[in-house]
Amino acid sequence: MSVDVAIIDYGMGNLRSVSKAIEHVAPSASVVVTADPVVIAAAGRVVFPGQGAARDCMREIDARGLRQVIVDAARGKPFLGICMGMQVLFEHSEEGDTPCLGILPGTVQRFPHEAMHDEQGNKLKVPHMGWNNVHQAMPHPLWAGIEEGERFYFVHSYFVQPASPGAIAGFSHYPFPFTCAVATGNIFAVQFHPEKSQDAGLALLGNFVTWNPGASHTACDMSGAACA
Amino acid sequence: MNWRAACSEYKVLAKRIIPCLDVTNGRVVKGVNFVELKDAGDPVEIARRYNEAGADELTFLDITASSDNRDLILHIIEAVASEVFIPLTVGGGVRAVGDVQRLLNAGADKVSINTSAVTNPQLVKDASDRYGSQCIVVAIDAKRVGDHWEVFTHGGRKTTGLDAIEWAKKMESLGAGELLLTSMDRDGTKSGFDLDLTRAISDAVDIPIIASGGVGNLQHLVDGVREGHADAVLAASIFHFGEYGIDEAKRYMKQHGIEVRL
Repeated sequence: MSVDVAIIDYGMGNLRSVSKAIEHVAPSASVVVTADPVVIAAAGRVVFPGQGAARDCMREIDARGLRQVIVDAARGKPFLGICMGMQVLFEHSEEGDTPCLGILPGTVQRFPHEAMHDEQGNKLKVPHMGWNNVHQAMPHPLWAGIEEGERFYFVHSYFVQPASPGAIAGFSHYPFPFTCAVATGNIFAVQFHPEKSQDAGLALLGNFVTWNPGASHTACDMSGAACA
Repeated sequence: MNWRAACSEYKVLAKRIIPCLDVTNGRVVKGVNFVELKDAGDPVEIARRYNEAGADELTFLDITASSDNRDLILHIIEAVASEVFIPLTVGGGVRAVGDVQRLLNAGADKVSINTSAVTNPQLVKDASDRYGSQCIVVAIDAKRVGDHWEVFTHGGRKTTGLDAIEWAKKMESLGAGELLLTSMDRDGTKSGFDLDLTRAISDAVDIPIIASGGVGNLQHLVDGVREGHADAVLAASIFHFGEYGIDEAKRYMKQHGIEVRL
């Protein structure tokens, strides 16, 4: 039996919230949390969550033999990366000097200590934790019904720097603009936690479970040139 | 993409308002007085109401004395996490990495470690190494002793002799992602946060601080952020007994120039 939504379980973090949130927006869908490459390969769409340290995440992905099925899913079906599941799609993370999956061109870096002050000179804490405004950098089916500037819940110390600006789907400020959502072809990935972002997050997840990337305008290659 | 235009509009992380629920034997205690609440002790219904009211996170403190009923908190978190989609922090009785794991698996986003951080600081390091700093909160109960603050345990009854500021720095260095700071001098007094304590700790570390203990009115929340440099404010009784609503508190903070999620 194939499933509608496979949530990849590689032992990193609270997956129950992700599955419950998706079940909430798609009550009739079959949603499974799984580490089985066969189930992931057969699923209609894939969610790739994750919390913790980049090096641990990569180690667990390989220890469970999930690298290839993640790469394949990211090539071929609606694919949603969340938090660490977004970061490790890129080539390299500064966290633990970790080579990542390299599905998207770009790197992951830490909020630089010297930059963490607001305009009034107040210290900004790291992790960046709490509800911040998300600005939509491109129209996308996953933003449908979500207001520009809507707040989502974040908790992270590192952020992605895509090599192709055309892949940037959303950004936030802390205190400088950083990329918090990327979109290319069938991939959409977010730094914030839609499963913890109340109505706005549920709206995004609801958009994901009905998203048909083939029918949208977002198909573009990794060079990003076509998307700009 | 219009970076510049968007930049000028909103660019501030919201300060968080966090109601705290004390739970024992699977029930919320100290009462929660919402209008038309069917069951004043039902954690799921209370969580749902706070979510609808705009709470930014929820904290559950398990004060169950008997270890027989410890697992009840897991069922509560499972039930709440199935229908309330905001961050959940759970504390109380966390003694081992296995406790952290069970709470995270049940649906907690963050686990708060209090007494065990004092008796076994390595737990903070082990838990944050394994699950990430983002989910490890260290709760510090501090009390003024002479010209400084010391860390207390057992609800403020037992001193540890540890300097609270040094302790906060140590917890950060061991991997805590956030500190929940409670003034034992102010807790239950409704006279406001200990602003000097909150500011001293907040300025001493780079991780977020949740201020707790002493909130009696909405100005206290504003003061906690403005004067205390808190990143989040936690309160129990002013919300539970319906003195103020979460939305009312947020509007008040907004009027006083504090960025909140409305």
